[in-house]
Amino acid sequence: MKNRKHKAKVFRPTAFSFPYLAVTVVFVIVPLILVLVYAFRGDDGSFTFGNFAKVFTQKENLIQLGRTLEIAALSTALCLLLAYPVAYILASKPFNKMAILALLFIIPMWINFMLRIFALQSVLTAIGIPKSFWAATIGMVYDFFPYMLLPIYTVMSKLDKSYIEASTDLGADSVQTFFKVTLPLSLPGVISGVSMVFMPIFSSYAITKMMGDAKTTVIGAKIASLFENQSYGNYGYGAALSFVLLVIVLLVMLLSNFLTNRTQKAPKGGVA
Amino acid sequence: MANEKAPFDKIIEINNVTKSFDGKVVVKDLSLSIRRGQFVTLLGPSGCGKTTLLRMIAGFETPTEGEIYIEGTPITSIPPYRRPVNTVFQKYALFPHLNVFKNIAFGLKLKRVPDPTKPAKVKTVTVKRDGVKVKEQQTVEATRKYTKEEIADKVNRALKLVGLEDYGHRDVNSLSGGQQQRVAIARAIVCEPKILLLDEPLGALDLKMRKEMQLELKKMHDELGITFIYVTHDQEEALTMSDVVVVMSNGVIQQVAQPKKIYDEPQNAFVADFIGESNILTGVMEKDYLISFLGKKLACVDKGFEKNEKVDVIVRPEDIVITKGLGQGQFDGEVVSTVFKGTYYEMEVLASDYEFTVQSQLEFVPGSAVSLSIAPDSIHIMKKMLTVNKYVGEVTGENLVTFANGDFEVPTQGFETGDEVLVYVPFNAVELTDDEEDGVIGANVSQSLYKGTYYQVEVRTDGYDAFFVDTPDEWDMNDRVGIKVDGSKVKLEKYDPQEDEEKADEE
Repeated sequence: MKNRKHKAKVFRPTAFSFPYLAVTVVFVIVPLILVLVYAFRGDDGSFTFGNFAKVFTQKENLIQLGRTLEIAALSTALCLLLAYPVAYILASKPFNKMAILALLFIIPMWINFMLRIFALQSVLTAIGIPKSFWAATIGMVYDFFPYMLLPIYTVMSKLDKSYIEASTDLGADSVQTFFKVTLPLSLPGVISGVSMVFMPIFSSYAITKMMGDAKTTVIGAKIASLFENQSYGNYGYGAALSFVLLVIVLLVMLLSNFLTNRTQKAPKGGVA
Repeated sequence: MANEKAPFDKIIEINNVTKSFDGKVVVKDLSLSIRRGQFVTLLGPSGCGKTTLLRMIAGFETPTEGEIYIEGTPITSIPPYRRPVNTVFQKYALFPHLNVFKNIAFGLKLKRVPDPTKPAKVKTVTVKRDGVKVKEQQTVEATRKYTKEEIADKVNRALKLVGLEDYGHRDVNSLSGGQQQRVAIARAIVCEPKILLLDEPLGALDLKMRKEMQLELKKMHDELGITFIYVTHDQEEALTMSDVVVVMSNGVIQQVAQPKKIYDEPQNAFVADFIGESNILTGVMEKDYLISFLGKKLACVDKGFEKNEKVDVIVRPEDIVITKGLGQGQFDGEVVSTVFKGTYYEMEVLASDYEFTVQSQLEFVPGSAVSLSIAPDSIHIMKKMLTVNKYVGEVTGENLVTFANGDFEVPTQGFETGDEVLVYVPFNAVELTDDEEDGVIGANVSQSLYKGTYYQVEVRTDGYDAFFVDTPDEWDMNDRVGIKVDGSKVKLEKYDPQEDEEKADEE
């Protein structure tokens, strides 16, 4: 009796995790299994590799995959090139006490994503940029810029000033200090920024659909069209294609985690 | 190194340097020269400006006024990376993305050394002469970078000097605090600076480690022969290691002297209080070699004061001889408390209404009747730093004077509204209030000295004006208080800025 009483009193904190576990199972694990099941199911319901064979044998898929990688890599690179200097300036001495400035760059995140794309589309049309690969790229960069800025800014603003002082004390001028100290120490922010931008761009298709021309179709759009098309056979094909996409994203994530671990001695920050 | 003739005996000259942050003066008109090869310690409580002074020498801060010279060259316009100094930072600031070896090699990889194998180049440079830009031909020695082997050799020697021979490949975060400290020292000295700056480098270490490092730093200083400037708030550390101690408070140098002299002959009550334990009393100089305090006349070894001049009297606890029974010394007293301190007993003895701190090998239990005697050469007499608070103010109304950012009620007969005045406020005219609201202005208690029968408390207002107060009550450091002033005791004088400056020059 005494024992049971005692047990009843002990409330294990792990109990808090059960609801989350349930949500994860229902909304993440089960759907993933379903994707896998569909991917390996033939039209007649039997087990087959046919869907995957279709993914890799159709030349159009590989071209679109390449196109997707291209636009994702390009947009990510442009985002980084734009966001890094901005983060550096915002975190530097005259501005670091004015968090409001950083906020100004973040506020667009609060506005509906589709609304922003519609607006940008109108602006581009107004200044004479037609729907094209480049218009889509501009859309991507515009949309995902805050996700690149935020992690880099966070790392930079937390960067201990004494490292910079130590560097100049040891004979490095400001350019040398940047390349030898600031840049390597801000890498964790860069890595999480890159993964936060690259991954969603890779699987998104709304922006390219709205802002790109006929040639600028990404793999996400293909998957969407497969599922929108109600014929049953497309489910398996689409599931296999999504699965391949998932594996690619997973590989990118593993790579980024690997890089983060290698530079983890530097102050951590960011969101990833 | 040692046989090289030094072109300047004074390696650093600090001339009338003032530094203020947002109008708050941190270092005030400070001048100091430091001789080559010395171990100099800047000592003072936190906020006294010692770190700011060090940072100005390193180049991280620029003086608001004044100039700093290294070997005769003004350096305030020279960026930190071109100064012949290196710094050991308080929290080490080791680069986390580099291992121990690369941290130490950081400065060496950037350094350029003269290359006698290449011919000197003639370069045309634009220089400013008397405000006019002139083109000039200059011969520039050819320079080169260190080779990989040279760098490896120097780094390994530095590692050996700090006793970390096999740690080159280690990650800096895997090291203990003491080891990180050694790496930070190695990283600074490997660049062969003329001056090594150390900003409270041992603050984060435990006591035992700190003692070891103190001796090691001293040894390193002797081996390297370069000038060390060391910042600390630990008086024992300062006395242990330094050739010269610079005691600072409130941005001003209180005393510059050898450690022994600082301890034996403190310049003023602040230094005496800050360095070791002291009994600080107020006395009156009867004549040369005779001092009176606590109602007794005692022989002393000081002279040259004015007759009946009020002075500070300082007696070290270990200089007081305590004997059993009454009537055997200059003061009769009763032991109030006794604490065993390892090698001696520290006792509080109440005599003539003053609580003496006495250290002795002999133990006397509380309640014992004892006699205290003080030898003439154990009585240190020093001029009172200030006998009155002085401010520049303005008459802002009838019987209203504004000074130190407060409006005080002071009789203003003979003055008109708008007059600039010098305001003299005696220490006993100031009253501190527990509640900030009760005072005219708020302030923080920054110092409290027990002067025998009363406390001399220093408070600082938010505008950084100091008020000295004589009060029977003890006030805790950093307490927030209000300041009131008894207007009838305040003296006003016409203020003439020019005349005042001349006076200051004479002083």
